[in-house]
Amino acid sequence: MNLNKVLKGLLVAVPVLTLAACSSTDEVAATDANTGANTNQVVEQGLSAEELLRQQLEALRQDNTIYFDFDQSAIRSEFASVLEAHAAFLRARTNITVTVEGHTDARGTPEYNIALGERRGQAVTQYLANLGVAAGQMSVVSYGEEKPAVEGNDESAFSKNRRAVLVY
Amino acid sequence: MLKLIGKSLVAFALVLSAKSYASLEIVITDGVDSARPVAIVPFKFEGNTLPNQRIADIVSADLMRSGKFNPIAATRMPQQPTNSKEIDYQRWMKQGVEAVVTGTIREVGVNRYAVRFELVDVFKGASGGGSSSAIIGGQLTTGLTHILDARETTISGDQFRQYAHRISDIVYEKLTGERGAFLTKIAYVLVRDKADFRYQLVVADYDGENEQVLLRAKEPLMSPAWSPDGTKLAYVTFEKRQSQIYIQDIYTGRRSILTSFKGINGAPKWSPDGRKMAMVLSKDGNAEVYVMDIATKALTKLTNHRRIDTEPSWSPDGSKIIFSSERGGNPQIYSVNVASGVTERVTFEGEMNLAASYTPDGRGIVMVNRTNGQYNIARMDVESRYMQVLTRTYLDESPSIAPNGSMIIYSTLYGSSQVLALVSMDGRFKARLPAANGRVKSPAWSPFL
Repeated sequence: MNLNKVLKGLLVAVPVLTLAACSSTDEVAATDANTGANTNQVVEQGLSAEELLRQQLEALRQDNTIYFDFDQSAIRSEFASVLEAHAAFLRARTNITVTVEGHTDARGTPEYNIALGERRGQAVTQYLANLGVAAGQMSVVSYGEEKPAVEGNDESAFSKNRRAVLVY
Repeated sequence: MLKLIGKSLVAFALVLSAKSYASLEIVITDGVDSARPVAIVPFKFEGNTLPNQRIADIVSADLMRSGKFNPIAATRMPQQPTNSKEIDYQRWMKQGVEAVVTGTIREVGVNRYAVRFELVDVFKGASGGGSSSAIIGGQLTTGLTHILDARETTISGDQFRQYAHRISDIVYEKLTGERGAFLTKIAYVLVRDKADFRYQLVVADYDGENEQVLLRAKEPLMSPAWSPDGTKLAYVTFEKRQSQIYIQDIYTGRRSILTSFKGINGAPKWSPDGRKMAMVLSKDGNAEVYVMDIATKALTKLTNHRRIDTEPSWSPDGSKIIFSSERGGNPQIYSVNVASGVTERVTFEGEMNLAASYTPDGRGIVMVNRTNGQYNIARMDVESRYMQVLTRTYLDESPSIAPNGSMIIYSTLYGSSQVLALVSMDGRFKARLPAANGRVKSPAWSPFL
């Protein structure tokens, strides 16, 4: 998966850059090699740390949605790699928090769907916790059927609306 | 005959839509053939400044919307009497009309109007119920059996709609023996996808007139619930990126936060005495039903199960709460005794049952039933457990019962949009209230006001 490659590259770069911000030219050179950025000044290195985080978040946001079967909250195996990427990021960045939004399709009642959406959100946070993410970094908010991703009332719309979204 | 009624209905609907400024209108989809024919004769006006509301049209629309009456169009009336003395009973008999309302509006001062009306039983009148009547000081003084009611009241120009609904209440009660609910309101959530503030909490007269927006929000609004005295609404917001329950005074607009626990804060429902709030919280990990004392905020947990428990609703005497629970597999309705905590299962029919509430007399439970994948409004008789599916619309949800138990308002899908719909408690009368602009959901019918 493309995202995973990008993420792995970025994750390796994280500790290097943190060090680079402290001093040594060797490490700056290493950073340049990794990121391809031209950074000789401390100020610029600081900016590029921010830039790196921004890029990481952007990559994570590209692939931040887990879809569910009707009336189910079990994580399908096809989403394991996406969640692993998010877990790796959160483990490396313990100061960053994520909100998992739980959503449902329009079938069923609004109140039942709020509970179902929460269960989906919790399935995601439990999965991430099992991968070593600290509970304090994660929260769940369920919107039930109130914020569909896609308008429409056929199975193709329903299947896109039954989802959990990781929001940073 | 049916064709004729159909035609007159179409004409009526056109008149209504042309006159209505409100965003909710009504399209009657079923049940007119079983309604009782009555006539609301246009009221005679004496004065110079014509009021901008037509009482007879409002009363006709009310009675038609009740599902129990089929008010005939003015063009089909054999005559247009202004009081009971002018009624030619035989001609109305021939038309099959059971009851006639006549009236006059007299301008008696600046912005003051004396409105007088009579409700007349055609069959009793035809069989010689008497030929003279006297109204003195707004009171009917002679005991004429064919005149079911007669009143005179002075109102101001902005009270025409309200007084028309009052006449509807009187006519409805005299002809059915059941209290009318035409002076009630509905609260609902309006979603306008392209608006900056997409979610609006709206309160309107039961017929969609006099809309008042209580709250505009960028994040979803859910679950409006009326206080038993009709002055406040409880509802759920997501303004803070989490659910919270608020209480808002409808008249002052002032609001206060009731709960903001971690997780779900949802499904508020006032107890019949107005002191407690049933609600759903997931602060301990999953959705459970609680009761909060509103004054002290003390919480009592009524359910404790790892599966979903939600949608609490009080019995009319406040002793029980019915709720939806997945504890038996798919969601079904259960009942818990508030004092003892003793819980029992209530529904067994259908793939699932959700969003239950008691009828005002406590003898029925209205809910969303899923059978063969279809979500419809159903009514179950509490004693016999006989379940009747009332609707054939698509993706029905959020049923709310009129305070007189005659009608259910609910949210459904029509075309590609969510609209409100009405169904009578016996399932015979059905109507749609399509919104001109936006999706409408979560209707809540007020108590008697």
